[in-house]
Amino acid sequence: MSERTYPSYTHPLWRRLLIGREAGVIALLVIIWLYGYSNIPYFGDTLTLTYILVDMTTVLLIALPMTLVIVTGEIDLSVASVVGLSSAVLGLLVQHGVGMPLACLTALVTGVICGVVNGFLVAYVGLPSLAVTIGTLALYRGIAVGLLGTTAVTDFPANWTELTSRVLGSSGIPTFMMVFVVLAAIFIALLHFSPFGRGIYDIGLSPEAAEFTGVNVQRTKMILFVLTGTLSALAGIFYTLRFGSARGDNATGLELQVIAAVLLGGVSIFGGRGKLPGVIAGVLLIGALSSALRLEGVTVNVINIIIGLLLVLSVLSTSLLAWVSDIRGSRARRHRVQRPTPTPSSVSSQ
Amino acid sequence: MRTLTRLLDRRTALLGVATLSLALTMTACGKADTGTSSDGESGGSGDKPLSIVFLPKNLGNPYFDASDAGGKKAVEALGGTFSEVGPQTASPDAQVQYINTAAQQHASAIVLSANDPKAVGSALTQAKSSGTKIVTFDSDTEAQYRDLFVNQASPEGIAKAQVDGLAEQIGDSGEIAILSASANATNQNAWIDLMKKDLQADHPDIKLVDTVYGNDDDQTSFDKTAALLKNHPNLKGIISPTTVGIAAAARYLSTSKSKGKVALTGLGTPNQMRKFVEDGTVTEFYLWNPTDLGTLAAYAAAALANGEITGKEGDKFTAGDLGDYTVGADNTVLLGDPTGFNKDNIGDFDF
Repeated sequence: MSERTYPSYTHPLWRRLLIGREAGVIALLVIIWLYGYSNIPYFGDTLTLTYILVDMTTVLLIALPMTLVIVTGEIDLSVASVVGLSSAVLGLLVQHGVGMPLACLTALVTGVICGVVNGFLVAYVGLPSLAVTIGTLALYRGIAVGLLGTTAVTDFPANWTELTSRVLGSSGIPTFMMVFVVLAAIFIALLHFSPFGRGIYDIGLSPEAAEFTGVNVQRTKMILFVLTGTLSALAGIFYTLRFGSARGDNATGLELQVIAAVLLGGVSIFGGRGKLPGVIAGVLLIGALSSALRLEGVTVNVINIIIGLLLVLSVLSTSLLAWVSDIRGSRARRHRVQRPTPTPSSVSSQ
Repeated sequence: MRTLTRLLDRRTALLGVATLSLALTMTACGKADTGTSSDGESGGSGDKPLSIVFLPKNLGNPYFDASDAGGKKAVEALGGTFSEVGPQTASPDAQVQYINTAAQQHASAIVLSANDPKAVGSALTQAKSSGTKIVTFDSDTEAQYRDLFVNQASPEGIAKAQVDGLAEQIGDSGEIAILSASANATNQNAWIDLMKKDLQADHPDIKLVDTVYGNDDDQTSFDKTAALLKNHPNLKGIISPTTVGIAAAARYLSTSKSKGKVALTGLGTPNQMRKFVEDGTVTEFYLWNPTDLGTLAAYAAAALANGEITGKEGDKFTAGDLGDYTVGADNTVLLGDPTGFNKDNIGDFDF
């Protein structure tokens, strides 16, 4: 029997971060950044920082709710299709002369609806999220491609597309990152500092037990799927404006990048474990590493091999850790069982 | 127990760090040469060494392997540094990352086949503003994003090559038909109109009896070829200006009794058509030569980077063995007439 334990809530978050697996990811990120800064030509430019952050914005946005979903032991594979669908909706509306604010709002609502469909099927019908979201992955992508066909809508107003490339002063940090920082703060508060967040971990460790302790499992899952839908749509709007191009096939395959980053950030695919700061570091780690390797002239295949290896190693380290603590745990139990046995004999001998 | 977990955490983190630094060091060692050359680059500002980055739609595509090989040879002949980068799948967002990287490295020029005419636009504008010249080939972007577009072939050239080729094969007289893609494909219809004009002007004895549409679907094209031969027993030749159509028509002809009696030409790729040329079903078909296209794009990029040309109409430059070229309207350079592929030269091509 494997022994599953709660994260040690006895320590404050900063201590847990410092001693947890997240520390490894954050340390790696810092090391790559320092290495790149001193050894790779042009890596130190503020432009590099801008490109890494802009490149990773869509993944960062979706990784926030995806972490929560995976912590409950569920998964949402339809996120990239929601990006594509919201992009197609945005493009179609703009093409037909709808104003940008209303078009963006409609795209966002599209994401909410996608999330509601996923959430309803998983939480209330009780279907496995893997199956449901593989289905809606195809469904939403199909609708997206059906809406725009093979054409692309490209006539977005310049003052909107510029929003995605604007930078804060000379810092190189994209202005849009402010939106992410606010969202990240909200999600961290939600997951790590609220009863709702503790409910999410409870569900991941044992849905039945969570139900008994008063967690509304169905409602929690519903909310989380609506959140992935909504943030995916926001990512879709960002993606569309950044490239100035709305296409039904936008961001195909992005779901795997998001899930890879979440797992790299220390979230267990079985649920119940993982922290958002680690995930954010995981996303930035992938961004910084690929940027550094590209600047070194490494080809895309080798970059994929290195990132793939890194992911396997990181998952392996988690399992290894759990295995070792399992052995330690059972040994400790045996000690506990063995110790009382001599006591009666020693008593009787007295 | 917690102490051990903590220790292990640190150990796993260290392991990860070690692996990664190893990987990075290895790549750094492998690239030591480029490191020094980029140092030299920042030293001399006026006489910057030539560095040209080829960015095809995707890597591992035989067509782009051929064009990039042409580009590599040209860049090396000019004494510059050639590099080929690109995504695995033909998606615009992945191309943007490579444009950004080339701009950061202050490459002299990017030679690009765009996956989306607009999506790469802002990245290209940024690259241009940092002094990198932009040449598109094969697939253009919107004109304001690039300095020059190297066009593989003009519609007139494509139409004429196929009509003249077929006329020669059938002795300049008799009934012919066209197997096109779809009835509303813009480029196909433009070519067919030009073919009709060519036939009227230069080949009065050839009669175009039918135009059929295979919708760029292998089976439909195959069936339409069968129907053509049945409905027109005196048919002497078929032109199929689409790679799907010509391959399907060749497959039908190669097993029918019309093999060798009905001539077939059009636009195709050597790898698709090789066995039909070798078994005598097809004498000659046409397409531009991607290697030459890459070569021309590389010379154009070098001429822009050296300041020899600016990309405006009327600019002249020399593209090695390919000869002299003049920039035409819309900042476009035309490669020239399509290349004919036949039994003698098909072995030289692999795309």
